[in-house]
Amino acid sequence: MREVPCHKVASGFASGPALTTRMAISFLGNVDPRTGMVVDPGHELYGQKISGKVLIFPGGKGSTVGSYVIYQLKKRGLAPAAMINLRSEPIVAVGAIISGIPLVDRVPADLLQVKNGSFIEVDSDRERVRIRTFQNDPAL
Amino acid sequence: MYLSRDEEAVYRGDRGETLRRMMEILVALGDIYGAERLVQVKSVQIAGVSYKNIGDAGLEWISDLEGEVVVPSILNPAGMDLYCWRDMGISEQFASKQQEIIEAYRRLGVTVDCTCTPYQIYDDLAQRDDHLAWSESSAVSYANSVIGARSNREGGPSALAAALIGKTALYGYHLDINRQPSHIIEVKAELASSDYGALGFLVGREVGDGVPLFRLRSTPSRDELKALGAAMAASGSVALYYVDGVTPGPPVPPGSAADHDECERIGIEKEEIEAVYGESRGADVDIVALGCPHCSREELERIADLLAGQRVQKEMWVCTARKIRDSCPELVERIESSGARIFCDTCMVVSPATEGFGRMMVNSGKALVYLPGLGGVDAAFGSLEECIDVALGRRR
Repeated sequence: MREVPCHKVASGFASGPALTTRMAISFLGNVDPRTGMVVDPGHELYGQKISGKVLIFPGGKGSTVGSYVIYQLKKRGLAPAAMINLRSEPIVAVGAIISGIPLVDRVPADLLQVKNGSFIEVDSDRERVRIRTFQNDPAL
Repeated sequence: MYLSRDEEAVYRGDRGETLRRMMEILVALGDIYGAERLVQVKSVQIAGVSYKNIGDAGLEWISDLEGEVVVPSILNPAGMDLYCWRDMGISEQFASKQQEIIEAYRRLGVTVDCTCTPYQIYDDLAQRDDHLAWSESSAVSYANSVIGARSNREGGPSALAAALIGKTALYGYHLDINRQPSHIIEVKAELASSDYGALGFLVGREVGDGVPLFRLRSTPSRDELKALGAAMAASGSVALYYVDGVTPGPPVPPGSAADHDECERIGIEKEEIEAVYGESRGADVDIVALGCPHCSREELERIADLLAGQRVQKEMWVCTARKIRDSCPELVERIESSGARIFCDTCMVVSPATEGFGRMMVNSGKALVYLPGLGGVDAAFGSLEECIDVALGRRR
């Protein structure tokens, strides 16, 4: 297990399988609020479902309506379990807070290279991220 | 970021979940932008009103909130005139969602005036050096530049957070250090009326999020300053500007001369302003739309004078705040007897009604920036006089 420090943006504790991208995400346009799927063919995560995942990405971009899209995902049970940014910007920060999704930032940049499916715990209030590795995990 | 004992308690959740999340928004933004603390705000103007912009997602969020605003708070324009929406061609379904959004804000104690020009209807929302949490880009620009108040450009949720908590994070344009000019703009021409919108259209593209200081040969009116700031906030993201000898000046840092030596210098010639008007002007226009930002009473007077008992040959919309419309029934009668329509609570930039038109003529540098991105509406730019000539069929 590896544990790294982080900075709390939106409080809470959650865990789930990692889904990582090196591309910024515009929730308005990139993600379908009715399905939780990434629907922009130009995005690295195209065709992936973000629901229940610990979504690791550099930060948000695009329209501020993206904050409400995150809220809509949450209300439909389709939101990520938690989010991790290198540097949060206001759209994702506000979206996570109004939705009650744990969000942390200021993590080491190599967190973007965690394999998809690795088990991640985000403990926002204690400002810690844990990456669990299992011996027989095919994802590793 | 430093929080007082009371602020800490709210942040912990001692005063309920809504306020806890609202405080979390203020603290998160403060952290992102390096604020040292929170500051009291005098008033709030909240974006995220048009159903076209925030959709069901935004409606759900606002409807779920519990609480009551603690400072005077008013709204940005909605997607339709809240009463005459049928005349704009708005669907029943859109109208009912829009009304739900307005009701959700009303329930939180927000004054449901929907306008981008709150300073035209209430004097006490913003005075010099007041801290504000306003949203609409042209209103923020006017408050910072013409009034000399201090506001960042807030998103919908952060404005509502400021309204419910009564504070905002102290960063950006709240601080003197960020209110210094970055560019000096020498304008080598006498300007009038929509020339200021054209100037803003040009300068916003040049300076981005800078703070331009203008040296002008003419003295702009308040309405002309409104148009200048609105256009710069649309073509760039200018939230503060100065006009030498007209607006409040930049803060003078202690121990330094206000010579602005480090500013980049840009000259604007008359020909550049004229080029914004283009050549086509009124050709193939199917609607003329005025009132971006919302018309003042003086602008309504000018429009009524230009129409002077004639009939418009094309669709013509005039957008203003409902309080302004209600304050001058005689002007409304003079304008509408021409066949033109006055719509309140909304404008051509935020209403889906705009999408039904092919080519819209405007006298606003801001509308000129946004219209082409909205459902493929082509925009023509002209002076107020030209716009009205086109509406009257006197000019093509």
